Amino acid sequence: MLKLQSISKHFGGLHVLQDVNIEVPQGTIFGLIGPNGAGKTTVFNLITGLLEPSGGSMTFDGRDLAGAKPHQITRLGISRTFQNIRIFKEMSLLENVVVGMHRHLDYGPAGLLLSLPGFRAQERRARERALELLSWVKLEHKAHQTADNLSYGDQRKLELARALATEPRLLLLDEPVAGMNTGEKVDLMAEIENIKSRGYTIFMIEHDMRFVMGLCDRIAVLNFGRIIAEGKPEEIRNNPMVIEAYLGREDDVADEVQA
Amino acid sequence: MEWFDNFWAIYSNLVLTLGTNALLALSIYLTLSCGMLAMANAAFMGIGAYTASILTMNYEMSFPVALLGGMAAPMLVAFVIGKPTLRLSGVYLAMATLGFGEVVRVVILNTESWTGGALGLNGIPQLTQWWHIALAVVLALAVLYRLRRSKVGRAFEAIKEDETAAGLMGIDVNNTKMLAFVLGALLAGLAGALNAHLTFFIGPNEYGFDRGVEILTMTILGGIGSLAGPVAGAVILTLLPETLRAFSDFRLVINGVILVLIVLFLPKGIWDPALLRSWFRRRGT
Repeated sequence: MLKLQSISKHFGGLHVLQDVNIEVPQGTIFGLIGPNGAGKTTVFNLITGLLEPSGGSMTFDGRDLAGAKPHQITRLGISRTFQNIRIFKEMSLLENVVVGMHRHLDYGPAGLLLSLPGFRAQERRARERALELLSWVKLEHKAHQTADNLSYGDQRKLELARALATEPRLLLLDEPVAGMNTGEKVDLMAEIENIKSRGYTIFMIEHDMRFVMGLCDRIAVLNFGRIIAEGKPEEIRNNPMVIEAYLGREDDVADEVQA
Repeated sequence: MEWFDNFWAIYSNLVLTLGTNALLALSIYLTLSCGMLAMANAAFMGIGAYTASILTMNYEMSFPVALLGGMAAPMLVAFVIGKPTLRLSGVYLAMATLGFGEVVRVVILNTESWTGGALGLNGIPQLTQWWHIALAVVLALAVLYRLRRSKVGRAFEAIKEDETAAGLMGIDVNNTKMLAFVLGALLAGLAGALNAHLTFFIGPNEYGFDRGVEILTMTILGGIGSLAGPVAGAVILTLLPETLRAFSDFRLVINGVILVLIVLFLPKGIWDPALLRSWFRRRGT
């Protein structure tokens, strides 16, 4: 579905990504792991059009993503969340999600200015859909609160609901459980499984090993801007290169990875 | 009705200025609500005023045509200068648009055959009726109200809060900003055209830096959380000089002080429902 071919990115002399090849198959949960600073978020920024790759090509369902602006990429069916949450803090939860439906509301200026029936029907449907998406992440009872008042974990869930509102086929999650407690992580894991079973393809960056190993169908490991391994979770778990690169010292790693 | 005739004879000018100032406050509200600090509204007002006046004086156009011209010209200019400048943000956008304002003033000064240069335009026919202004304000409020309740208003707010996230929600950030900028220019131009046909005389210095700051102060004072905010700000800043006639030399100083105080203590402006409610409650208990 999503294909990155020998992608590279450098900022001046700093090579952040070199010859990265990733293929995310439809209907799977694909994980990208790697130590801090390995370039994982850069991969997402390239896919979503926030950065331009220095070399290589990216295609989504066979369509070239080169030069597309972020809103065009979203319209192709790719949506994302951020590592450092970027919700609209002064809006209500409901409004946050409805913003994501921007492109699906296609009433003209006349409908908008005169509040014609078509306009009202579309707005009502958008609100209903937003409530439904909020219920997927179990936030519907807080729909009219200001987003800023949410706990950290709930803000992440709201971001997920908002990303789903753009009706993506591919969902990019940048560290979805960062800063969550164990209970919240378990909840979110179940919710991501649910989202996958509804037919979405998911590509996630995550540090939490238990989370990644438990959820992902396939995993790629990025270290110093290069993919050093790719495969099923159990292959990754036992790959000596990964164990060595990911945490450095072998005795600690065995515990960590198996934990 | 005698009292009304008396009142109108004395204060009609003030009441009508309230209306044009409300339009100006709403014009900068549009760009502010989209997260842009664009300071070109005084210049757009000037472009609208000159265009409409030249149309009625030199070309003997009817008033509606002149008003349309007074709206179209600043929109066109906004579209042209918006392309390069709206890529800027924060103070850089403010500086670029202030610079544009100076350019407009200098151009007006130097195209004497059309604009009368430093002498301004004299003898503009007084075609603006009170109901023209009332209708303009009501229409502007109605359109902006509908915009706020639609995807366009939500897109403005999303861009104000987080441009990157807004783009990733499928919002075309550049075009949406352009829309806010061009609509703002339209409102400012309309205010200028109406005002010019009310005051008999216009000169280049009416549309300079002072006016720009005054427009900004009105909207910041009122707050951009709702449409009532800019209108309230316009009313206060229009009436204040009248009630403080004795200090008229210090008008700009007072405006500056208001701007500083509001930014420091009431960043959401005075028309902040949560704040008003809490004041009300405190008085009740």
